[in-house]
Amino acid sequence: MAVEALPSSALRRPRRSRSTRHGAGSTAVVYVVAAVVIVLMLAPVAYIVIGGFRTNAQITESPAGFPAPWVARNYVDVLTGGLFWRLVGNSLIVGLLTTLGVVALGLMASFAIARYEYRLRGAMYALFAAGLMFPVTVAITPLYIVVKNLGLTNTLAGVILPQIAFGLPTTIIILVPFLRAIPVEIQEAAEIDGASRLGFFWRMVIPLSLPGVITVGILAFIGSWNGYLLPLFILNNPATFTLPLGVQQFSSQYSVDTARVLAFTSLSMLPALIFFSIFQRRIVGGLTGAVKG
Amino acid sequence: MTVREQLPTGQRSSGPRSTTEGGVPTPPSAARRRRTTGSWRSRLEIAVLTGPALAVFLLFVIFPVVAAAYYGFFRWAGYGVPTQFVGLQNYVTILQDPTFLAALGHNGVIVVLSLVLQGPIAILLALLLNRKMRGQTLIRVLIFIPYVISEVVVGTGWSLILQTTGALNSALQAVGLGALKVDWLANPDVAIWTLMGIITWKYVGFAVILFLAGLQGIPEELTEAASIDGASFWQIQRRITLPLLGPTIRIWAFLSVIGALQLFDLVYIIWGQYVASTAGTSTMATYMVVNGRNAGSYGYGNAVAVVLFLVSLIVALLYQRVVLRRDTEGALTGKGR
Repeated sequence: MAVEALPSSALRRPRRSRSTRHGAGSTAVVYVVAAVVIVLMLAPVAYIVIGGFRTNAQITESPAGFPAPWVARNYVDVLTGGLFWRLVGNSLIVGLLTTLGVVALGLMASFAIARYEYRLRGAMYALFAAGLMFPVTVAITPLYIVVKNLGLTNTLAGVILPQIAFGLPTTIIILVPFLRAIPVEIQEAAEIDGASRLGFFWRMVIPLSLPGVITVGILAFIGSWNGYLLPLFILNNPATFTLPLGVQQFSSQYSVDTARVLAFTSLSMLPALIFFSIFQRRIVGGLTGAVKG
Repeated sequence: MTVREQLPTGQRSSGPRSTTEGGVPTPPSAARRRRTTGSWRSRLEIAVLTGPALAVFLLFVIFPVVAAAYYGFFRWAGYGVPTQFVGLQNYVTILQDPTFLAALGHNGVIVVLSLVLQGPIAILLALLLNRKMRGQTLIRVLIFIPYVISEVVVGTGWSLILQTTGALNSALQAVGLGALKVDWLANPDVAIWTLMGIITWKYVGFAVILFLAGLQGIPEELTEAASIDGASFWQIQRRITLPLLGPTIRIWAFLSVIGALQLFDLVYIIWGQYVASTAGTSTMATYMVVNGRNAGSYGYGNAVAVVLFLVSLIVALLYQRVVLRRDTEGALTGKGR
């Protein structure tokens, strides 16, 4: 999405006047449709959150009912137990380091591919782009063996490093056009002012490509935060579990205690939702005015 | 202007050829200008810039993929060096195993139904939402929420809702539709549709956001001109917006197909490793994990990975050849205009 959105918005001044010429009647229809869709989208989420405020007896008696009375104990138990926070901590470490790695390595490689002319440039781009053909799912079995031979099973590094590697193709594909779109004039001006190409990279490219970098970073973080298959293979020691593994383990361990599973599940979607609501502007509408000259 | 600009992007991603031929307006001149500076210094910079990314990428992506092809010829429990060479035996077993063929079939159904269900819904929603309206941002964010929540959380939630004694059946009963109560997860006639419902619910928001981004790139002047000429809202969408949204739709379809072929998390979480095949929702990926790692047969698991990869590759190449080619051609002919 960023690939599409960037060049148009980067090179054009942001416009505030997008088609306002629809009648009031059609707008009302749109609101009704939007409301129906949103209810459908949020109902399961609401069920999980609200269900966490009930007791098992209430759930057994009427699975689709509302809490009567509302009980906070499930949530309190989860929040005061150490398990939830340990899982959040592990997921945070994995997510942040993955994001950092993907952005740093991806930006460097994209800069070389976008702004240097060398013989293997096309091949290198093709190699990274080919990585899109090998998602973690395809490579997981042999990847597990590589990680095992490196002695990294049951370590967070064993999840972080492969995630960085698998995040690179998307990152490079998004960032290369972005870096190319930076006008040559800016680079020439920097050269005239005595900046080397690496100096240009530090002083100009990183700030100018920030919107693209943020998009890429968010994608990497969400991918890592939600990742399941890779941690499932690499992490067997519960002390190293990330949130998705923890949720799965918790829900099978306490399968009789539905209310508590619901509370635990709804708390574990909270961090992703908070993260998303902070950055939604960047994700959904962002990328305007990257290069205003 | 916008259309022309976004085409080189799609074109470039279609292969290395186009980077050199490229119809990209400015970058080639930028690159050409400094071809002369290909000194050792420049080479060192390239090495420093690309070295780390290449190292990580080769070690954790390319090497395992190559290794999979090798391990696939062995019977191997994953310890030490594989010694028991079995040739193509693993592949023969895979292709003769009805469980795998069933999983492959499920993948096919999921690919088609994902396109057929999500595509129209998402296009319609994007067309409706592509206007200045109060609460625009909020609506977009709310539609996107299922996509942001992890498969594991979503799967856990849905499996509780869909149990025979779960919330959905109880709600149906309560509104007098008790006749519609079914075993959503275990009934093999229903389960695949349940899965499709969940997939649509989870991923349609992504398609909507993608299409909305594509719609932003369509110049307003075109729709304005059409409406001055007396075209109705739906005429404009059909004749102008949809064709111009084509490239975005085709890229979404590609992502959707590849995602459907490699579906794992949701099925594994909701149906577990045993029920999926009897309920008719198993996929190639769940088959791979169950019969490879969980069974301790790493050679066999690697062979399944190779098959999974080849199936994805063939589909992707066909798609590029048949569908995405049109975009490339459009870019080349459109350039002259």
